[in-house]
Amino acid sequence: MPRELIKGNEAVVKGAILAGCQAYFGYPITPASEIAEAAAKYFPLVGRTFIQAESEIASIQMVYGAAGGGVRVMTASSGPGISLKQEGISYCAGAELPCVIADIMRGGPGLGNIAPEQSDYHQVVKGGGHGNYRCIVLAPNSAQEMCDLTIKAFDLADQYRTPVYVVTDGYIGQMMEQVNFPTAVQHPKRHDWGVHGDDATRKNLINSIYLDPEELEEHNRKLQKKYVEIEKKEVLVDEYRTQDAELLVVGYGIISRILRTTVDLAREQGVKVGLLRPVTLWPFPAMRIQELCERVRAIQVVELSNGQMVEDVRLAVEGRKPVKFYGRMGGSVPSAQELLGVIRKL
Amino acid sequence: MYEKHLEKPASFYPEYPRKSGNQAVTHYCPGCGHGIAHKYIAEALDDLKLTERTILISPVGCSVFAYYYFDVGNIQAAHGRAPAVATGIKRINPHSIVISYQGDGDLAAIGGDEIIHAANRGERLSVFFINNAIYGMTGGQMAPTTLVGQQTTTSPRGRNIHNEGYPIRMCELISALEAPVYVERVSLHSPGGRAKARKAIRKALENQVQGKGFSFVEILAQCPTGWKVSAPDSLKWIEEKMLPYYPVQVFRDKSAEAESWAPPDVTYSDADVLQLIELPLEDDAAPAARPKVAEQYRNPRIKIAGFGGQGVLLLGVAMAQLGMMEGYNVSWLPSYGPEMRGGTAHCHVNISDTPIGSPLVSASTVCVAFNKPSLEKFEKEMASDGLLIYNTSMIDIEPTRKDVEWLPIPASEIASQMGNIRFANMVVLGAYIQKTGLVSMETAIKGLPTFIKAKKLIGENIKALETGAAFVRGELKI
Ligand SMILES: Cc1ncc(C[n+]2csc(CCOP(=O)(O)OP(=O)(O)O)c2C)c(N)n1
Ligand code: SF4
Ligand SMILES: [Mg+2]
Repeated sequence: MPRELIKGNEAVVKGAILAGCQAYFGYPITPASEIAEAAAKYFPLVGRTFIQAESEIASIQMVYGAAGGGVRVMTASSGPGISLKQEGISYCAGAELPCVIADIMRGGPGLGNIAPEQSDYHQVVKGGGHGNYRCIVLAPNSAQEMCDLTIKAFDLADQYRTPVYVVTDGYIGQMMEQVNFPTAVQHPKRHDWGVHGDDATRKNLINSIYLDPEELEEHNRKLQKKYVEIEKKEVLVDEYRTQDAELLVVGYGIISRILRTTVDLAREQGVKVGLLRPVTLWPFPAMRIQELCERVRAIQVVELSNGQMVEDVRLAVEGRKPVKFYGRMGGSVPSAQELLGVIRKL
Repeated sequence: MYEKHLEKPASFYPEYPRKSGNQAVTHYCPGCGHGIAHKYIAEALDDLKLTERTILISPVGCSVFAYYYFDVGNIQAAHGRAPAVATGIKRINPHSIVISYQGDGDLAAIGGDEIIHAANRGERLSVFFINNAIYGMTGGQMAPTTLVGQQTTTSPRGRNIHNEGYPIRMCELISALEAPVYVERVSLHSPGGRAKARKAIRKALENQVQGKGFSFVEILAQCPTGWKVSAPDSLKWIEEKMLPYYPVQVFRDKSAEAESWAPPDVTYSDADVLQLIELPLEDDAAPAARPKVAEQYRNPRIKIAGFGGQGVLLLGVAMAQLGMMEGYNVSWLPSYGPEMRGGTAHCHVNISDTPIGSPLVSASTVCVAFNKPSLEKFEKEMASDGLLIYNTSMIDIEPTRKDVEWLPIPASEIASQMGNIRFANMVVLGAYIQKTGLVSMETAIKGLPTFIKAKKLIGENIKALETGAAFVRGELKI
């Protein structure tokens, strides 16, 4: 198995190529630019398309066009660019076009800064664009997962004909770790619902308009059915030392890595803490949180935000146990010791 | 010159099953320019035998339902984004004929950026731009092409240059770019005008068949409903109001001399792909027996800091790379962004027997300081009994921490004597390896080319490593 010390952002690109992604359309932004740069380097080398678009608005519409051709395609950005992509993501969801969008989160609102934050949670998990849609959201916390979950994102996107996000913070994007890459190069078959520019697919239409209210309602019901199925089948969680935990900490991305260390530090002091990390932010592991909630005294959620994911934890817990929130913003990242202090107060 | 088209073109559906209501007629108003433009496009597709491989991008505007009519592959796009959508589909279907069909609000207002850049990239597309000086679909609001003085529902007192500026001339704008091959404005107001329109549409398609690049046809078209005039009067309206401002002419025609181009159609074997994306198949198996490491140097949490340009980040990458080659779990996390440019840089490195939790190093067990501010800032956060390596060439003070092990080294001077101050980081790496034994010198020499990309510098960097090691062994006189 090829092993490489590599940045998370670059692992996304190699993963995408191995997954058979045919085209990358992007626009540079820190801390996601290595994705565009690696795509610019590698995609054309292996006969795939790379275009630096004029904007994030255009890049996601290029994704829409290429996805309409029934091939695997992706884009990547960070907060300000993801805001601009929301239009196109809504169209992709409406037209049921599979695609992968990587979001390497930075500080906001507005221009904010380029330091790591997790403040895009609302805009990626809750919709962001207009309409009754959901996107699958995968949240890697290592360079290895940046590769693996990118590949998985393409599979899920195809399986459900829906946009899939790979969302993480600037630190996971910028960090280098060893990655064991798969050796299989996928050759996904072009979808026969796509428009290939040939006679066989000439009757195909990629579209999100349903003028008639009944038809649009039916279309929306079909989408909701798909989302229910995804919620049933695709939840992914990662747990650390939760078997006997009396306190539960919840975090994703870089925070889950720091919390893992905090859990060890707390256990050295005899405090029985366990970590739950949602790997899918949507579908959210609400059921698993409910199960663990029966066994623990309290839940501590930590995010690099003003408290966005904590809303989903609270919805799952339904007031049965106290759910506390600790957040840092602006690019300040708490240390494991700092979070130990937070847990000791529970 | 043209085949006579008395029948409905075959590139249209015979009836319009996607449409609700009467499926024998279009949804356009009587006398609408869109219907005529559609017909000319369909006839050209018939004559050029392109129906099977054509993909039509429908815009947002009255022609949003163009896909009701054309029996070709269809994609409906968001308002103004048709050129971007067309770019996406054309790039993955280079053999197809892609048409971006757009109104003036769609193309010249909300989609101004997309059209300019598709044109500027020279996308191999045929763009048909229906300029009717109004937003037809939404009920007659002002368009960027609305004429000065023209009343619309959002310019009720007439377009006023002080409030709305002048109408935009897209052909003139597009033909200011280098890439477009063919740019022409035509008009549907007269038989002669319509003949030119048919010809221009055909040419724009032929150019694409030949892989010749971006073709743009602006069609001055009537919107009797939006203009609140009768269908016959709408033709006069074009002639009297539009033609004086929008001259009908060829703005650019490089069709004959433009290069025919298509992306190379090459397939790559899986092995080629892995090679090309630098994932060599053979694994560098971790050495069977790792060097024995003294207790205090195991599982180091390393903080490295200095000025940007002192090779701080690279030293971290090197440590992580070598650690990985010895079979450890490793992580490297940089300070990133503008900090790296000129100011100070630092990075966090973990090398561990067990999976790494936080990659952030707070209580470092190894601190490498290349300059004074770094020493002052980072020695404070070291764990007791840690190893503090500091570059005495740039630091004229002593560390304050007495509970850590000091390894002072004049790394910059040693590097300068070797001929290049930039080797200071490799001198330090050699010293660290010698001091801790965490990785072997053989591994370091083997791994060096993965982080020193310039082949001609590899020899000197190895020498720097060895010099750093010799310094720690006390064999170096300086
Ligand atoms: C993002 C967005 N903004 C606004 C609209 C509403 N809208 C639909 S069509 C249109 C104007 C279309 O005018 P034009 O492109 O000139 O086409 P015409 O109908 O005149 O052919 C507008 C503003 C929309 N659909 N989407
Ligand atoms: S409103 Fe104007 S552009 Fe729209 S269909 Fe009617 S005449 Fe044509
Ligand atoms: Mg118009």
